Amino acid sequence: MSNSPVTPTPPPARPLRVLAAMSGGVDSAVAAARAAEAGHDVVGVHLALSKNPSSYRTGARGCCTVEDSRDARRAADAIGIPFYVWDMAEEFDRDVVRDFVSEYAAGRTPNPCLRCNEKIKFAAVLDRAVALGFDAVCTGHHARLLGGVLHRSVDTAKDQSYVLAVLRPDQLARAMFPLGDVTKDEVRREAARRGLAVADKPDSHDVCFIADGDTAGFLGRRLGSAPGPVVDASGEVVGRHDGAYAYTVGQRRGLNLGGGTVDRRYVLSIEPVSNTVRVGPAEALDVDEITAERPVWSGGPAPSEPVRCQVQLRAHGEVHPCTARLDGGLLRIRLDAPARGVAAGQAAVLYDEATGTAVLGSGTISATRSARAEPASSPAM
Amino acid sequence: MAYLDHAATTPMRAEAVAAMTAELNRLGNPSSLHAAGRAARRVVEEAREAVAEAVGARPGDVVFTSGGTEADNLAVKGLYWSRRAAEPARRRVLVGAAEHHAVLDAAHWLAEHEGAVVEELPVDRLGRTSPEVLAAAIERAPGEVAVVSVMWANNEIGTVQPVHELAAVARRHGVPFHTDAVQAVGRLPVDFAASGAAALSLTAHKLGGPVGIGALLLDRGIDPVPVLHGGGQERDVRSGTLPTALLAGFAAAVRLAVAERAEQARRLRALSAALLDGVRAAVPDAELNGDPEPGDAHRLPGNVHLSFPGCEGDALLMLLDAQGIACSTGSACSAGVTQASHVLLAMGADPDTARGSLRFSLGHGSTEAEVAELAAAIGPAVARARRAAAART
Repeated sequence: MSNSPVTPTPPPARPLRVLAAMSGGVDSAVAAARAAEAGHDVVGVHLALSKNPSSYRTGARGCCTVEDSRDARRAADAIGIPFYVWDMAEEFDRDVVRDFVSEYAAGRTPNPCLRCNEKIKFAAVLDRAVALGFDAVCTGHHARLLGGVLHRSVDTAKDQSYVLAVLRPDQLARAMFPLGDVTKDEVRREAARRGLAVADKPDSHDVCFIADGDTAGFLGRRLGSAPGPVVDASGEVVGRHDGAYAYTVGQRRGLNLGGGTVDRRYVLSIEPVSNTVRVGPAEALDVDEITAERPVWSGGPAPSEPVRCQVQLRAHGEVHPCTARLDGGLLRIRLDAPARGVAAGQAAVLYDEATGTAVLGSGTISATRSARAEPASSPAM
Repeated sequence: MAYLDHAATTPMRAEAVAAMTAELNRLGNPSSLHAAGRAARRVVEEAREAVAEAVGARPGDVVFTSGGTEADNLAVKGLYWSRRAAEPARRRVLVGAAEHHAVLDAAHWLAEHEGAVVEELPVDRLGRTSPEVLAAAIERAPGEVAVVSVMWANNEIGTVQPVHELAAVARRHGVPFHTDAVQAVGRLPVDFAASGAAALSLTAHKLGGPVGIGALLLDRGIDPVPVLHGGGQERDVRSGTLPTALLAGFAAAVRLAVAERAEQARRLRALSAALLDGVRAAVPDAELNGDPEPGDAHRLPGNVHLSFPGCEGDALLMLLDAQGIACSTGSACSAGVTQASHVLLAMGADPDTARGSLRFSLGHGSTEAEVAELAAAIGPAVARARRAAAART
């Protein structure tokens, strides 16, 4: 149940100084309103992430337009909190946009929202906020924090724990997600009830810094054309591509191999050094073992023994029962049953086995193996 | 509460509020020929006379505008167009590098759309353009200069320009000289006729009048091409129904501001010195920008512009705002994002220093208590802002 704004809320045990990151969308506006209503001392901050903000939003894409900034400001006015704009364009370009491009160039499939949470919202912004005297950063993410542990939102369709699982315990300790116990529909109703003009604003989708949604075109402009071969499992050249970076493991559409309807081949791997895209049948996408780099363990003390749990391998993807173990600087995951279309660069996020809602840890997928002898996807590095 | 941002806008004088309020109840378009119109026209003309008298102009010199920005646009664009129309070779527009954006952007717009050749006159490290610099710039091709614009006093750092000398240089070459005196009127002795300028911008809300009304003073024979076309209410140079109530407020404010100017300036100089001392006691390495000399020919009374090494100005502003202290980073913004001040950059500051600067500006009603509030808050705020800036790298 959502809190009604007319219901008096008891003051928090300790009012915090909270920086509410306000994108101009409905979620972050309601999150800020809830934090303020809970008795915290809230300041709204719109993060200007684009070096050349355009004036207007086009549909559900894009962000950081002048219009978004104004929407955020008007929401802050309605909530009755101070509002500022912080220029984070340089950090965003360096840590998110350029990382996105170089990850694709290396044959991986990055998740820029995750990177933004890791490097911008809960790093650059959080560090600056703490230095300026704030206790926490509040966002409109759909996720819950229970006893310092990240959990899925009650709205499983909108759940964003996957893109937050990269956060370390010290980052989570300063995070505030007031929307984890409500559904998106409830957030919209609550926004309308609170008189926030953004109540009906469309959800944002896709990659915010690619305004037209054409990721391949964006990468092409940054990385240039790099024609190369498309090969099958035997190494035979079966087609050409304009840049291996534009492909993702598991992709079938847009391969243009000329095989017609009988040809149901998928991208099995992207090999940046030889600029080769390898394709093959769906079965060859099956993987049983996943290695992930830069592991983060946030669901309790880091385990020394293998842990039974569930793993999610892409945003809004299904979960797979598995056994995971920390192995030095790596996270090794053995799936109970094969999974398909596992792309290096995506996060492997572990949830607890019993409820599937508590995040145990995560890592960035670096390599996968099939139980059959041949690797389904070679290590990307 | 400490309002230290009078250069952005200053509270309306009670007399201006009273004069305006009275006029808001009056019916009549000053351009109408009937009794109601004549009554409104009388208010307009009395306001014109009051403004003219306050700044050493003839009533006929006064063209009312919506404020300083419109006055600057009309001067820069209008004089460029009229001079170019008379002599097509005149396409050079010379503007100070530290001008307000209302002048700078108008000039650069002319370059992009109207074939103007814009040259920014350099400023020294105090923010001043010397007459020699202007003379040299004009003399590179004197027959091609359409208009020169250099502000009377800088809105960010408070530096007063040698307007009389600059105007004399331009006059010697037969080039119209415009000066943006938005910050100067009511704070410095401003006499349009004695200045030698051909055109001068001023605005009401910087001197205790309402927002939305200002004027461009134009010497006889100086006729800019209009920017706004319509009824031609103001000498056929500016169109739009004259706002009687705003004009009544403008007149009341400018009379008071000019009458009390010398005494007010003395008071504000003392307060500014106290502010500077208070800040420096807490932050010894804070650096004063602009001309440190306090005289009328040097610095606006009430302006204290400081760089805080190792700080970001917007973080400092937020921390002071949280304690009820209002000041300014003094820079333009797009989508609310502050850019490094072009004024400080023109003076040779590096971008980090420019971003780490704040403007405190005092005006009528400023008190010692407000200055003391800042002095007490600035030390901890700077310490915090420094930690935040260090966290960012």
